[in-house]
Amino acid sequence: MFLINCPFCGERDQSEFSSGGEAHIVRPKQPTELSDDEWAEYLFMRKNIKGVQFERWNHVHGCRKWFNVVRDTSNDKILSVYKMGEKPPVNYK
Amino acid sequence: MPNYRIHKTEYIDETKRVSFKYDGKTYFGYEGDTLASALLANGIHLIGRSFKYHRPRGIVSCGAEEPNAICQIGSKKDLTEPNVRATELELYEGLEASSQNCWPNVKFDIGGINNFISPLIPAGFYYKTFMWPKSFWKKVYEPLIRLSAGLGKSPTEPDPDIYDHKHVHYDVLVIGGGISGIIAAKMAAKNNLKTLLVDDKKILGGSTIYQNNESIKIDDKLSSEWLKNETQEIKKLSNLTIKTRTSIAAYHGYNFLLAKENLTDHLPEEKKKNKIRQRLWKIRAKKVVIATGSIERPLVFNNNDRPGILLSNSINKYLDYYGVTCGENIILFTNNDSAYETSISLHKKGIKNLIVDLRKSASSELIKEAQNLGIKIYFNHVVTNTFGYRKINSLEIMRLSEDGNTTVGNKIRLNCDCLGMSGGWTPMVHMHTQSGGKLNFRDDDQVFLPKENSEDQISVGACNGDFDLENIIDKTVNKINKFLDINNQDYQDTKIICSKENDKRNIWLLPNKIPLGKTKCFIDFQNDSTAKDIKLALKEGFRSIEHVKRYTTTGMATDQGKLSNMHALGIVADTAGVKMGTLGTTTFRPPFTPLTFGTLVGRNVGKFFEVVRKTSMHEWHVENNAEFENVGQWKRPWYYPKNGENMHAAVQRESKAARDSAGILDASTLGKIDIQGTDASEFLNRVYTNAWSKLAIGKCRYGLMLNEDGMVYDDGVTTRISENHYLMTTTTGGAANVLSKLEDYLQTEWPELDVYLTSVTDHYSTASICGPNSKKILNKLFPNLDLSDENFPHMSFKEGKLENINCRIMRISFTGELSYEINIESKYGNSLWKMCIEAGKEFNLTPYGTETMHLLRAEKGFIIVGQDTDGTMTPSDLQMDWIVSKKKYDFIGKRSLYRSDTIREDRKQLVGLLTDDPKEILEEGAQIVSDIKSKPIDMLGHVTSSYFSPNLNKSIALAVVRSGKSMKGQKLIIPMENKNINVTVSDTIFLDKENKRLNA
Repeated sequence: MFLINCPFCGERDQSEFSSGGEAHIVRPKQPTELSDDEWAEYLFMRKNIKGVQFERWNHVHGCRKWFNVVRDTSNDKILSVYKMGEKPPVNYK
Repeated sequence: MPNYRIHKTEYIDETKRVSFKYDGKTYFGYEGDTLASALLANGIHLIGRSFKYHRPRGIVSCGAEEPNAICQIGSKKDLTEPNVRATELELYEGLEASSQNCWPNVKFDIGGINNFISPLIPAGFYYKTFMWPKSFWKKVYEPLIRLSAGLGKSPTEPDPDIYDHKHVHYDVLVIGGGISGIIAAKMAAKNNLKTLLVDDKKILGGSTIYQNNESIKIDDKLSSEWLKNETQEIKKLSNLTIKTRTSIAAYHGYNFLLAKENLTDHLPEEKKKNKIRQRLWKIRAKKVVIATGSIERPLVFNNNDRPGILLSNSINKYLDYYGVTCGENIILFTNNDSAYETSISLHKKGIKNLIVDLRKSASSELIKEAQNLGIKIYFNHVVTNTFGYRKINSLEIMRLSEDGNTTVGNKIRLNCDCLGMSGGWTPMVHMHTQSGGKLNFRDDDQVFLPKENSEDQISVGACNGDFDLENIIDKTVNKINKFLDINNQDYQDTKIICSKENDKRNIWLLPNKIPLGKTKCFIDFQNDSTAKDIKLALKEGFRSIEHVKRYTTTGMATDQGKLSNMHALGIVADTAGVKMGTLGTTTFRPPFTPLTFGTLVGRNVGKFFEVVRKTSMHEWHVENNAEFENVGQWKRPWYYPKNGENMHAAVQRESKAARDSAGILDASTLGKIDIQGTDASEFLNRVYTNAWSKLAIGKCRYGLMLNEDGMVYDDGVTTRISENHYLMTTTTGGAANVLSKLEDYLQTEWPELDVYLTSVTDHYSTASICGPNSKKILNKLFPNLDLSDENFPHMSFKEGKLENINCRIMRISFTGELSYEINIESKYGNSLWKMCIEAGKEFNLTPYGTETMHLLRAEKGFIIVGQDTDGTMTPSDLQMDWIVSKKKYDFIGKRSLYRSDTIREDRKQLVGLLTDDPKEILEEGAQIVSDIKSKPIDMLGHVTSSYFSPNLNKSIALAVVRSGKSMKGQKLIIPMENKNINVTVSDTIFLDKENKRLNA
């Protein structure tokens, strides 16, 4: 069970959060311009990395804020958390 | 009655006699005994029958690893518990235990016949045998397998015991209160770290606490004396919490651990009452020290499973800790030094014993001591067979060949009444691997050891492969100092004398002249798998240890192979000719020992099982005989039976009344989201499929919300309260998810929008009044409100006052009737409801529940998201193209509406169905076909909603059917178990297509 450091509330038990999948997938500004394949890429394709992964989490039973998490999926270590809109930490790229 | 308790020990209180029943017979033990030690004191070894062959089995060990001595405790329907390890269960007055897996009784068991037909029951027997003939499966094989499956009997009534959960945080958690755990806990606590020490036994001290060999000493004291002193010392440390009778069940990531504390299992019945039975500790620790020790390995030879054959170290513990000897003429069979400790102990208590040692020779101080005492030792010998049905009475040994692969010379037959096995020690690496740690294999003594110790977790002592005392103390102290970054000098000058050596001759499957096929060399006692089974699995092509394990069921019983996994691995490695270290191990999964469900659920039982939400009108519904339906966490009135009506009759009456005069529904559970901000209109434009910018203040609009994949997600009516203020309603079940989804878009995709969302579901109660007389009722309630169609038309909103309380009234309809929804602050909900009922009396205002609501809306062809949709329906599939804006540039899901898959003509589409026989009501979920002759039958879709409409006097149904939109008027068939129902595809709207009633 993770301990997640919510950027707004501090360290909390994983049971207060829900996971929102891969981060930094931006909704296309002009979806109508996209081909089926390009739209499918946005809609369905996720990396599911073994290793360092950027994820979205929601403090759903807390402040209800969404934020980003850098997690190593091979050992579940959370390496960093940062707010929505903030640039991802470069050292994990 | 024989008495095998031969001397006094400080752990057994002989002044406190305890009576207990085993298999219906009364015996006596003492306070301090386990069920196993008390049975052994009474000379009872035979304690159960094995799972597959029903062979007589006896106590093997003295702890959590016990595979055989598992008992049924108690006989009450609610309190009986199966598979309790007699070796762990502390004896108490009035304890009732019985043997399992035998009929009619443990001494004479009919199932024992399986032992003689065992050549017919090889590994994978079930997979191979019960395949043919196919028709036998349901009637013959399955009932038979079910009859013989399982160990013990489950309780059949709810568990009346109380269980508890507790969350704790510590700097350091030490698992295991043996010598290394005690040292680690003392070092941590003395360094001002908040420390928790847990041990599954009643007292601390592990296996050192009863050690009494003069040649094993610490600071010139017996190691047990020294450790007792340490135990007293640590009890004085204020920041150390010690929890005995507490075992770690699971070690999860982030040093989150679950521990089970036994609070009353050792108490007599009358003292258990009204006390918490077990407590589940949810532990978060900054650092974890694993000091779980090791368990002794059995040896694998022919007939190694007879009652009276135990682990050598267990014989020692029964003797030195419980004062009980396991026999009067004992043979110890070993491949290492540890059996010599047992031998010397037995000798000192006057118990005749001898040693069979696999090693060619050995010369540690301990062995010399045994030799000096005149204990007979057969070096380079192997036990090849044992005899005695209900208990061992003799055995055969033979000389080992030079390479250890075969036996030579003549058989020697030796009499005995007990055999102790010692195959060396297996470090308990369960906790390390559960936490995600990897293992290394040490070839010297064939053990798996924790590979690396991370910065927040470390293994010390025997579970780290340090078996001799000197190593245990020195290494533990050094590692703990480093791990906790401290400099503790307490053990700097500790003097250790240990005469044991680590030399060992490891042979996984001991050689025998008898062909393997004719032997019974058990590996997993509880699941009855033998060396032969493992070899057969390999012969049949299984290679992965995980597959071999499942095929032979080795290590898959309630003991999870604590004694058997290593031998299975060893034999696989030897047979396949690979190095054991390269095979890897099977996965160690939690819980370490079985947990009761009660412990896991704690207090969340009965009415605390789940949150229940009730509307403020709930009381009235109860008083008026409502039957309730669970919708999410809500309790909603389902129907209100009158004068013994069944559901059908009540629903027919309610729905007729709603259409003929007036009906009232508690609609408080609908999700309500308050939306405010200067961009609120734009926001709604983006989340709903239709246009919102032009909605006038005081008007309502129905909206359909999609997922980004174009599938219908939720629906509801939203009202514009003022320029920048909307009230959105959602489905009852979808409220929380819709709010989450909207927040997600606001916070992550459109942070530039000035919009604020607040869940107000619980803030307002809603009474929905519908029917031709609803306007008259409203008029009585709000006499000052102009209800004319010009001033208050369909899909509009007014504020009104009930007495002097503000209400929001929406003229919206989910039934197709003229209909008003009155919203009031929740605390007035019950009053509002009662006033409505009162005002409606003269119009036969009839309360109706969700079932009638469903019927009424189905007559009108309104969908219910989640009933008529299932996450694969687009608006077009629902024949709701009218609600999708063509003009809007974008909204959630828009792009997906013209993907190649969503524009397919042959998608499943919502249609109406009319049965040829208007009295026939279809079953929801029933499959729809057009041709029942072609096989396989082509499934076209299924029924989603079905009712008998009293207003139309016929059966109506909604269904999703492939290409349904183009099938109007077509005949289809609904095949049921005993008949085929003929239906015709119709429009989805069955009643009042012209919407006359809305404005009646």
